[in-house]
Amino acid sequence: MYQYIIRRILVFIPMLLALSIIVFGLAKAAPGDPFTGKILDPNVDPIVYEQQRAALGLDKSIPEQYLHWVSSVAKGNFGKSITYNGRSVESLIKERVKNTVYLGLFSLGITLIVAIPIGIYSARHPYSLLDYGATTFGFFGLAVPNFFFGLVAIYLLSINLGWFPAQGTVSSNSLSGFAEFTDRIHHMVLPGLTLGLAGTATYMRYMRSEVMDVLGSDYIRTAKAKGMSDRNVLYKHTLRNAMIPIITLMGFEFGALLGGAIITEQVFNFPGLGTLFIGSVVNRDYPVIMAIALLLGVAILVGNLLADIFYSIVDPRIRYD
Amino acid sequence: MQSISNNEQPAEDMTMDVDRKHRSPFQLSMRRFMRNKLAIAGLVVLTLIVCASIFAPLLTDYDPEEANLLMVEQKPSSDHILGTDSSGRDNFARLLYGSRISLTIGFSAMLFTVLIGLIMGAVSGYYGGIIDNIIMRVTDIILALPFIVLAMTIMALLEKVTIGLFIVIIAVTAWPSLARIVRGTFLSLREQEFVLGARAIGARDSRIIFRHFIPNAIGPIIVNATLMMASMILFESGLSFIGMGIPQPTPTWGNMISEAQNIRVLRYHPEAWIPPGLSILITVLAINFIGDGLRDAFDPKSDRR
Repeated sequence: MYQYIIRRILVFIPMLLALSIIVFGLAKAAPGDPFTGKILDPNVDPIVYEQQRAALGLDKSIPEQYLHWVSSVAKGNFGKSITYNGRSVESLIKERVKNTVYLGLFSLGITLIVAIPIGIYSARHPYSLLDYGATTFGFFGLAVPNFFFGLVAIYLLSINLGWFPAQGTVSSNSLSGFAEFTDRIHHMVLPGLTLGLAGTATYMRYMRSEVMDVLGSDYIRTAKAKGMSDRNVLYKHTLRNAMIPIITLMGFEFGALLGGAIITEQVFNFPGLGTLFIGSVVNRDYPVIMAIALLLGVAILVGNLLADIFYSIVDPRIRYD
Repeated sequence: MQSISNNEQPAEDMTMDVDRKHRSPFQLSMRRFMRNKLAIAGLVVLTLIVCASIFAPLLTDYDPEEANLLMVEQKPSSDHILGTDSSGRDNFARLLYGSRISLTIGFSAMLFTVLIGLIMGAVSGYYGGIIDNIIMRVTDIILALPFIVLAMTIMALLEKVTIGLFIVIIAVTAWPSLARIVRGTFLSLREQEFVLGARAIGARDSRIIFRHFIPNAIGPIIVNATLMMASMILFESGLSFIGMGIPQPTPTWGNMISEAQNIRVLRYHPEAWIPPGLSILITVLAINFIGDGLRDAFDPKSDRR
């Protein structure tokens, strides 16, 4: 098992490098550099611009520029944003990343709390009323565009009923302590539900079919035959095995969660990485685009790595070759 | 086979039996598909939507791209069934013509993605070794970036996004998942005896791939292509919604809904953004039902739902 984990980590490193090359390549493929976009002041000697280019290392060869970029990124220096008056990219990201992480965790939390019990119930009582309801919900959850669901939620629950705020993360900066906490949760309900909708449908379907698979297996029949209570069969034998594929699914769904966050944040005007990313794409702010793309890519690679490692720990049957 | 059975003059039920054996697995799958009510309902709904988009000019007299600044954000009336948008364009006309763009993009992006995925997956699964390794590492890296992030980054490099470019960008970023499915099927087919047999009688690689592998892998490919078309439609609408997809004035369901980013439209003109949203929902639902029906039809072992 340890050998497998070490090998898996060794594969992770070249992937990381390849990812950084792709992100760098994409940014370099962009027309122009930070100076071509600006209206050149005729009173300034063109030599000054050349000097500024040299100061940023833009006169060097592409491989040199790549090495320079990678080494500064490794130190946590992503350069300066073009649109935000030369603010450093790290400070912009640091300001936003927390919101996106909280939103993602909140949404994943709702998803798992709703999807897993319903999936289990559906598997144990197939073709019951709740099972049909869950299946119908599953079909709709996967077919409705999440931004449309978000807009309907704002229209009904926020504008017409006034239960939840329609945008932002907090109603006033003067709040603190518990009041601030509940206010932030209150702001996260609608975006969290919107972001978690497709995931809830997916996990529910998976859970249902996994639990059904396990319930049909021989060792469950044996456990029941020796007189084990239904409760114990469920918790000690069924769930442990049915949860294993769910862990792998979480690794895969992580990317979908981050991708979905981009559009969801835009609907709710939620100041996270997603709205920052959209803004930078619109403004062609390449340093910010590169940093966010790299960050999300690394997050997904790490997510998959953790899912694989965890999988190898919980499932001793996995083959290590 | 009919002529042989006539020669031998077998009993009536024998002929039936021979007849049944004669159906190809593909025909058997299609029969199973036809018995799936949800899938047929999906097919009917999708056909209606396609008809509505083809005959859009007969269903409305308005030009979906013609702005009329004197008739901005009108409430629904007998002239404009769904009112007008922020540039005074008729919403109903935009809804009808928008279906053309959404369906075209969904279908062609799917076709293009399947083509790339099929070739890459086939090469990877058939030849194995170093080629397989390289292609699989490429898919790993592309899959490491969320689809939407990669597509948006590429779009940031372009001056203007046209429908053709949009389709290419989607295909270039979406092929890996299909390539992996095709590769997996090919890897398992490679070990089968009939392939060894074909090779033993001297069949060329191309013959083995086209005559033996693809017909055997067609089930999963069709199923995934169908479901992929649904996600392409969702994806296009999402990108158009945030203003990164097909630019105005070309109507798409996604950029119609993006009008609702204006709180006034969201609040007072639900007739402007709810119909395109429901259209996406119904179309995707119909395609997913068809896809699920095909999955059940091609794989008798799969869960009934």
